[in-house]
Amino acid sequence: MEIILELWRFLKSRKKLWLVPILAVMLLVGGLLIFAEGSVLAPFIYTLF
Amino acid sequence: MYILGISAFYHDSAACLINDETIVAAAQEERFTRKKHDDSFPANAIQYCVTQAGIEPENIDAIVFYDKPFMKFERLLETYLAFAPRGFTHFSKVMPIWLKDKLFQKTQILKEIENTFEKNIDWNEKLLFSEHHLSHAASAYYPSPFQRAAVLTLDGVGEWSTTSLALGIENDLKVYKEIHFPHSIGLLYSAFTYYTGFRVNSGEYKVMGLAPYGEPRFYKLIKENLIDIKEDGSFHLNMDYFDYCTGFTMVNENFNKLFGAPPRKPESDLTNREMDIAASIQKVTEEIIVKLAKGIAKETQEENLCMAGGVALNCVANGVLLREGIFKNIWIQPASGDAGGSLGAALAAYHLMYRKPRTAAITQDKMQGSFLGPKFEENEIKTALSALGAHYEKNKFQEIIQITGKALANGKAIGWMQGRMEFGPRSLGARSIIADPRSPYVQKQLNLKVKFRESFRPFAPSIMRDKLNEWFELDVDSPYMLFVADVVKSKCHKMTNEENALFGIDKLNVARSEVPAVTHVDYSARIHTVDKETNPYFYDLLKYFYEITNCPILVNTSFNVRGEPIVCSPADAFRCFMGTELDVLIIDNFVLHKEDQDTNLRNNYEDKYDLD
Repeated sequence: MEIILELWRFLKSRKKLWLVPILAVMLLVGGLLIFAEGSVLAPFIYTLF
Repeated sequence: MYILGISAFYHDSAACLINDETIVAAAQEERFTRKKHDDSFPANAIQYCVTQAGIEPENIDAIVFYDKPFMKFERLLETYLAFAPRGFTHFSKVMPIWLKDKLFQKTQILKEIENTFEKNIDWNEKLLFSEHHLSHAASAYYPSPFQRAAVLTLDGVGEWSTTSLALGIENDLKVYKEIHFPHSIGLLYSAFTYYTGFRVNSGEYKVMGLAPYGEPRFYKLIKENLIDIKEDGSFHLNMDYFDYCTGFTMVNENFNKLFGAPPRKPESDLTNREMDIAASIQKVTEEIIVKLAKGIAKETQEENLCMAGGVALNCVANGVLLREGIFKNIWIQPASGDAGGSLGAALAAYHLMYRKPRTAAITQDKMQGSFLGPKFEENEIKTALSALGAHYEKNKFQEIIQITGKALANGKAIGWMQGRMEFGPRSLGARSIIADPRSPYVQKQLNLKVKFRESFRPFAPSIMRDKLNEWFELDVDSPYMLFVADVVKSKCHKMTNEENALFGIDKLNVARSEVPAVTHVDYSARIHTVDKETNPYFYDLLKYFYEITNCPILVNTSFNVRGEPIVCSPADAFRCFMGTELDVLIIDNFVLHKEDQDTNLRNNYEDKYDLD
């Protein structure tokens, strides 16, 4: 729960609350992907991700 | 006030501990774990820093992480949005990692700190986060010898920023302009690193070393298609040619079509084409850096420039910048990559958050020659060597100098380990492989038999500071091997017509100066100046070598083989010594000759590490 609060505070301070609905959808899809894959392995490259 | 800076989780994890303004200790995690560019939490480096300071964990007033994970996540989301529906495969691979792991970085850091110190302290209260490029800028400005300076940071990407321009005045440091992802000079260079068949994030140095073999015949093609460079140095990449926003490679099919071929396969033969490509991207990079510097000089009217970020390790571009004379003085952070972010994060918190005053180092910087890593006591060295079954002898330091100097003059390759280890990617005489630069065979032999790396790669000269002008076209200190300059004309050999007509790697076989092992094919050298104050042992060795040979220069390369982190401990040094064609190993006052060692201790070192 704390992470959600922190994310909320972060988006608010960055004036990016418009990202919230997109974030919610992405979290949902991402969550499903985790569920489907079971485990994740860090892919290639750099500091991008 | 003790502040611990940490960089981790992407590449080159490191820790740094400052006591007020003084840098007490700093080290990369890879040196302890023996995993090149190790990205794991730097527990070993932290332990070392705290032990070196002689303090208890509870004495640490703040811990600062070098970048902001949430801001990075924000960039990811907005990038996906900007490119959607393209990049779903990428999204499906990356997002689970964030949701499971990276989004909880704060919790992870707290847990790791608790595990490292095994003490019940409320670290949550003490944990701070600094922005990636502010960390770089702080690592460049605060340890510099300037009271005020313009600051330029350039790298792949942090949170959003890929390039930042800042102004430092006394204890204040403000970033006033940024170029944001995906437009990145670091990523552009990495794209060409990938395309020329080298590994992103470690092969950039090879591209730079390869460039002088080629002609920049793709320069126009790059400028007309890939990048739009403005007069102030700001730039815009044409993302039609790059894949890194939505894919897992740096460039896409359009890029391959533009250059007429797919990327070179790693470890396949290098052709003149790769050399020409390297020369071209190097030229473009130099142009951007010079224009950025001109822009920042015009805007700030400052006479001093500080630089950091991975691109600031491009010493060829730094040399060009120096010769342009845009700034009176240039100082570059020796640990310019992400490892140095740990130092910058700590210093930024000290000066910007706690508003503590800054005293500029008047004559020298505050990096202490970058000798901020572990040192080993005599009994530790003895114990380690005995345990490994090594045969060694102990001598007085003056004898060590003479034994080493004479061996060098007799063509021996020597592993040289003295005092505290360097912080940053360069070996500066504390963990170095050294040799006689006058020999025309040394470069090839060292590359192939000692370093097990590509024969084209150049070696750097270490030179007595007071002899610099006699040998190189450089008149400023270069204690961190971060400036490239030409060998003076009087020391260069005249080429015959046949020699001049050679192409590519064939150029390597021609001795171009009195010190061919450190003279690149374009007569340049990556210079390391050594002075008595910051590097006394190494200076004494150079001086003795000069006395017996009239040459104040030594070949200096990092004490490791390809893919291996630079040696840290006596055991690392001995293993590397026994796995390579090194003839002599010096560890502080101990001398080891290869012929005295038990042949059963020899090991297959060439295949021990993954190729970089």
